[in-house]
Amino acid sequence: MQGNVHSIETFGTVDGPGIRFVIFMQGCELRCAYCHNPDTWICGKGTDWSTDDMLKEIVKYKRYIQGVTVSGGEPLLQIDFVTELFAKVKAEGLDTCIDTSGVIFDRNNPEIVEKINSLLDVCDLVMLDIKHIREDEHIELTGKTNANILDFAKYLSEKNKEMWLRYVLVPTINDREEIIREWKAFADTLNTVKKIEVLPYHRLALEKYKNLGIDYRLKDIPEPTKEQVECADKILNNKGERQC
Amino acid sequence: MLEQWEGFKEGKWCNEISVKNFIQKNYTEYTGDESFLESPTEATIKLNEEIKELELEEVRRGGVYQADTSVVSTITSHAPGYIDKDLEQIVGLQTDKPFKRALQPFGGIRMSEKALESYGYVIDPDVKEIFSKYRKTHNQGVFDVYTEEMRMARKAAIITGLPDAYGRGRIIGDYRRVALYGVDRLIQYKMDHLATLKGTMTRGVIRDREEIVEQIRALNDLKKMAASYGFDISVPAKTAKEAVQFLYFGYLAAIKDQNGAAMSIGRNATFLDIYIERDMKKGILTEKEAQELFDHFVMKLRMVRFMRTPEYNELFSGDPTWVTESVGGMCCDGRSLVTKSSYRVLHTLKNLGSAPEPNLTILWSRNLPENFKKYCAKVSIETSSIQYENDDLMREYMGDDYAIACCVSCMRVGKDMQFFGARANIAKCLLYAINGGVDEKLKMQVSPKFEPIKSEILDFDEVMERFDQMMDWLCKLYVNTLNVIHYMHDKYSYEAIEMALHDNEVRRFFATGIAGLSCAADSLSAIKYAKVKPIRDEDGVAVDFEIEGDFPKYGNNDDRVDSLARDIITRFMNKIRTLHLYRDSVASTSILTITSNVVYGKKTGSTPDGRKMGEPFAPGANPMHNRDTNGALASLESVAKLPYEDARDGISNTFSIVPSALGKTRKEQEKNLVGLLDGYVQGGGHHLNVNVFSRELLLDAQAHPEKYPQLTIRVSGYAVKFIKLNKEQQDEVISRTLHASI
Repeated sequence: MQGNVHSIETFGTVDGPGIRFVIFMQGCELRCAYCHNPDTWICGKGTDWSTDDMLKEIVKYKRYIQGVTVSGGEPLLQIDFVTELFAKVKAEGLDTCIDTSGVIFDRNNPEIVEKINSLLDVCDLVMLDIKHIREDEHIELTGKTNANILDFAKYLSEKNKEMWLRYVLVPTINDREEIIREWKAFADTLNTVKKIEVLPYHRLALEKYKNLGIDYRLKDIPEPTKEQVECADKILNNKGERQC
Repeated sequence: MLEQWEGFKEGKWCNEISVKNFIQKNYTEYTGDESFLESPTEATIKLNEEIKELELEEVRRGGVYQADTSVVSTITSHAPGYIDKDLEQIVGLQTDKPFKRALQPFGGIRMSEKALESYGYVIDPDVKEIFSKYRKTHNQGVFDVYTEEMRMARKAAIITGLPDAYGRGRIIGDYRRVALYGVDRLIQYKMDHLATLKGTMTRGVIRDREEIVEQIRALNDLKKMAASYGFDISVPAKTAKEAVQFLYFGYLAAIKDQNGAAMSIGRNATFLDIYIERDMKKGILTEKEAQELFDHFVMKLRMVRFMRTPEYNELFSGDPTWVTESVGGMCCDGRSLVTKSSYRVLHTLKNLGSAPEPNLTILWSRNLPENFKKYCAKVSIETSSIQYENDDLMREYMGDDYAIACCVSCMRVGKDMQFFGARANIAKCLLYAINGGVDEKLKMQVSPKFEPIKSEILDFDEVMERFDQMMDWLCKLYVNTLNVIHYMHDKYSYEAIEMALHDNEVRRFFATGIAGLSCAADSLSAIKYAKVKPIRDEDGVAVDFEIEGDFPKYGNNDDRVDSLARDIITRFMNKIRTLHLYRDSVASTSILTITSNVVYGKKTGSTPDGRKMGEPFAPGANPMHNRDTNGALASLESVAKLPYEDARDGISNTFSIVPSALGKTRKEQEKNLVGLLDGYVQGGGHHLNVNVFSRELLLDAQAHPEKYPQLTIRVSGYAVKFIKLNKEQQDEVISRTLHASI
């Protein structure tokens, strides 16, 4: 099985537990305004890897790493590759994690559900990025609905699959308290959330946009302040009363 | 047992000189955390402020606070000097005033003159006359003997940085012996040896006798110097304070006597810990006082200064002195050598603020106590001031009482010395192979005339064949040049006090070095895996290269190219091994450039890997800037694969990462850094400088140096204050691969 890969990071420390080998898949359907990897959007522009070759690469780092994270791009667009790879990775005694938006999920499509189930059999942790809790604003931000994303979270909960939820905090877009609380209320309905991470939006990708000739929609939006991040973290992780 | 030794466990160290045995019998391993550490005393804070003020004034005066122009520095040349006598727990300065740089002309009178001139001083005409007319110097000796070919190779910078115009350094006296045995006992040891050196007066015996007598003279001078400060060091130290003081006097004598490039101090913290533990048991020393001893000792080590020429500063930027102190490591009996004093010496970075000196070097083993590992990681993240070297690797060759000289060179303390040999430019050697030995910048024939490569596209096998031949020539010339240098250094600038603090029989290393390794490896890879077309000038010299297609680059854990880097080292070392080496020394090599990667790059034409004329090489064994694109571990693994058995003088790797790429919380960052170091060491990696900072910080420091007086970064085997680097060096540091994750 071949996968189209944007790049690898051998020392991943911010995408899942411990030191991880991170694979960034090429291709994504979303067009999130704050995306820091716009170079991963277009499908097929990366390098083709077989799961065997990728595994060979991964085991070189076995003595450093706890596991493998597949990120992107959107890894679920190449779900067969990821599933096959994860089975091999687990056989090496490493853990597996997927960093996804969940965008392809459709409960009513038996083919997709079957594929997701096979993946979840060999995936220890799902990191799910719920970008906005309100559908209209989600569409505005990403170009797609959030309905299936939220449903994917519910599905993971039903399947008793551990997940980390991630909240990319973007001033003026999803930093209002009521929005954060709505998001949190949804998260509280799920049974398997092990961690909620607040990821402060940053502007480090500006250069990439320039080089790719893509308009950067958030030009005028500043990075959140430390206080804003702490405030969101307090709400999302029940750390005492709000003092924002 | 001597009264000064009461409370110590006896061993063979009582009857023979063996500090190692003393340590093993007496030290107390510490596996707890850093919570016992104390903040600085009032005296420490005040003294540190005074020193910082003097340092600022030194910067304001253009880099030199004051320089001696007339008194030739010897162990006893200067009256005692103090910073603030009442506050100083540990005393002794290189000259009679703090930060006043000594005049040390034995290496070369012209260098002394030039160094003084460059800071606006004029050398005393009498001194100049004496050292020009009546007393020959090391530099003069070397240039009397250099052949035309040696001069040419030096000029073309295919071998450079040679210690022919400055002191070779890298010799570590066992300064602990002064504290443990007292100087009289050490003199007796040398006298006993002298008595055995008789019979036929061969050149070897004559030289040995002369050297031993010089050593005895130096030891007597050491006693005199200490006496001028009011201490009798003919007998062993009685207390922890005396132990630190006596040990420091030994070191001080060395830096008064020698202006060596690297004046490293050894492996002292655990030795001193034994005295501290004893005093604490007796109830005559508190933790606060123990820390104060380390703080004051380290303040002195931070003040070491030498007069150096602008050319020297270009090679070794930022006024380094390499007062390397090796910390930690494992004991051969299975315990770690970590003691509370291993923590105390690192804690000086907190109590006094971060600083490049002493060059704190952690001898890392996977088996070090977890608490200590975490503490080191924490200090690294906070200060970017420490380096790591693989104890599991070195212990196999060196036992458990070795120390690092300079950046990466390990030697058994008091038992080994080395002849420091700077480095050969292997990337230029490859260009010579292509151009038949015509220098691509000077446009002159430097090697004997070889047939240049004339094909339109470079053929890998042909290039390798020529490269190997050119390397034969280079190694031979390089070794011969070093033979000359070290003969003359022994003759005109012998390190009597440092060698007096060695065993009578020492092992000597012949320390060669390679610069431009990653550039040469990538060049060979380009020739092998892409199409490389030389652009030749009207004389047929390849001055640039066109590359068609992609090729594997060193630093991505790709064996296709990493094996080429390995091959270069092994080939080079095997050639060195066959050559005649001065004083039957043991061949070794290092992959280390210090900051000379910038100067070497400047003097080297465009290379087949796409590097343009004049651009810097990567430092040490680092991959070329920003070509390591698969993340930190891939980069580390490429370096870890280099064959240490063929580069026993050390393989330097400088690693820079932004804090957020190490992990989200400080705890995670510490854990991940420990994991990274454990993995690197397990994979055979030898050395790692760890920098944790962002590019923005460096850019801001470049623009506003006044805001960052203490910003310390690791460059290549040592640390510098960033603002003390010149603009070119700063730019090079800023352009290095900075592992980040966005």
